[in-house]
Amino acid sequence: MRTSSLGLFRPGQSPIHRLPPGTKLLVLLVLGAASVVTQRWWWLVAALVVASVLAYRLAGWGVRLWWTQLRPLWMLLAFTAVVHALTSGWQRAVADTGTIVVLVACAALVTLTTPTTALVDTIVRMAAPLTRFGVDPERVGLFLMVGIRCVPLVAGLAEQVREAQIARRATTSTRAFVVPLVVRSLREADALGEALVARGIDD
Amino acid sequence: MRIELERVSHTFGDGSTARTVLRDVTLTLTERRIGVIGHNGSGKSTFLRLLNALIVPTSGRVLVDGLDTARDARELRRRIGFLFTDPDAQIIMPTVSEDIAFGLRRSGLSPERVDARVRDLLVRFGLDAHAGHPAHLLSGGQKQLLALAAVLITKPLALVMDEPTTLLDLRNAAMIGRVVADLDQTVILATHHLDLLAGFDRVLVFHEGRVVADAPPAAAIAAYRHLMDPES
Repeated sequence: MRTSSLGLFRPGQSPIHRLPPGTKLLVLLVLGAASVVTQRWWWLVAALVVASVLAYRLAGWGVRLWWTQLRPLWMLLAFTAVVHALTSGWQRAVADTGTIVVLVACAALVTLTTPTTALVDTIVRMAAPLTRFGVDPERVGLFLMVGIRCVPLVAGLAEQVREAQIARRATTSTRAFVVPLVVRSLREADALGEALVARGIDD
Repeated sequence: MRIELERVSHTFGDGSTARTVLRDVTLTLTERRIGVIGHNGSGKSTFLRLLNALIVPTSGRVLVDGLDTARDARELRRRIGFLFTDPDAQIIMPTVSEDIAFGLRRSGLSPERVDARVRDLLVRFGLDAHAGHPAHLLSGGQKQLLALAAVLITKPLALVMDEPTTLLDLRNAAMIGRVVADLDQTVILATHHLDLLAGFDRVLVFHEGRVVADAPPAAAIAAYRHLMDPES
């Protein structure tokens, strides 16, 4: 089965690659929390969008890879921008759409510049204090691993369903897209679960 | 390794949707190379999943070296690795070396020993040049080799393989066949590529949930061909 390479780690020696995974996750967390405040100033959000593009440049890539991470969301971005522009003005449209762009692009940059194992090990270490509340840190790491695995998997499935839709000339039917995508995603989830059990990740 | 099935039946679903896929199978397997053949839906995959405790029988019991699959599933999965038809379903981590190492996450081995084992397998299966590459970008044959390496990293005593060559072309299927032939482990292999069974000790033919032939490869394959096409 074909899968998309969206958000998958790309080796490199850039300053962003060399940053500790914990630092990158912290920056992402701060950006997410700060977005509640930064949304008030459209020009600040616009500057952050430009900064996110520059961060991709610093990591050794260009605007094309930045856009590749956002492309699957273009309909959502366009919808958000149009609705806000019509109801609240262009400044609000820039601020809200830009916030989504910054957060998605930066989250993708973290996974693009950090090996999954390093990311998971960091999360497992960060979740260690939760052991006293009965939370298994390894299981938290497993959730993250499966989540990261599922992003390109579902993106690849969506692409296949879309192609099948075009081949059968059902290009305008939302149902013809959503139903097979959900069914195939559930089937893949089942297979992934069985593989995890077969590989001893069952406790 | 000694595998015993005692009057094993398995039914999926219940009520009007119930479908019995294995019927009263009793077997003792001790050979190192065991083939499993049969048409689609004959019960092969269910039989294989029972051996690895991925499912437990609706009735009867499955014992592997005395361990009951219904009670000792975790220990059993340490001893028996499972290779799926579709390697994509088995790949969990994004890169080749990370996926091979994944099975040892909770093993307690030092990172150096894990790395050494991963390197050995990468070299053995000719994947060393792809160590840091995204796993999903490998060819079909390489993906199946990766899936096999990911199973072998935990050093299982036996390998159960559910049609590992079905999605591969003839060249890659032959390559997987050669790799399987060289394995030290006990192998139980279901396949539609009948030539992979040359040199096997024993072949089981499944038909409608029952073992209808149990013989060396040539005799079992002849029985299977006759079953599929009685005119031949």
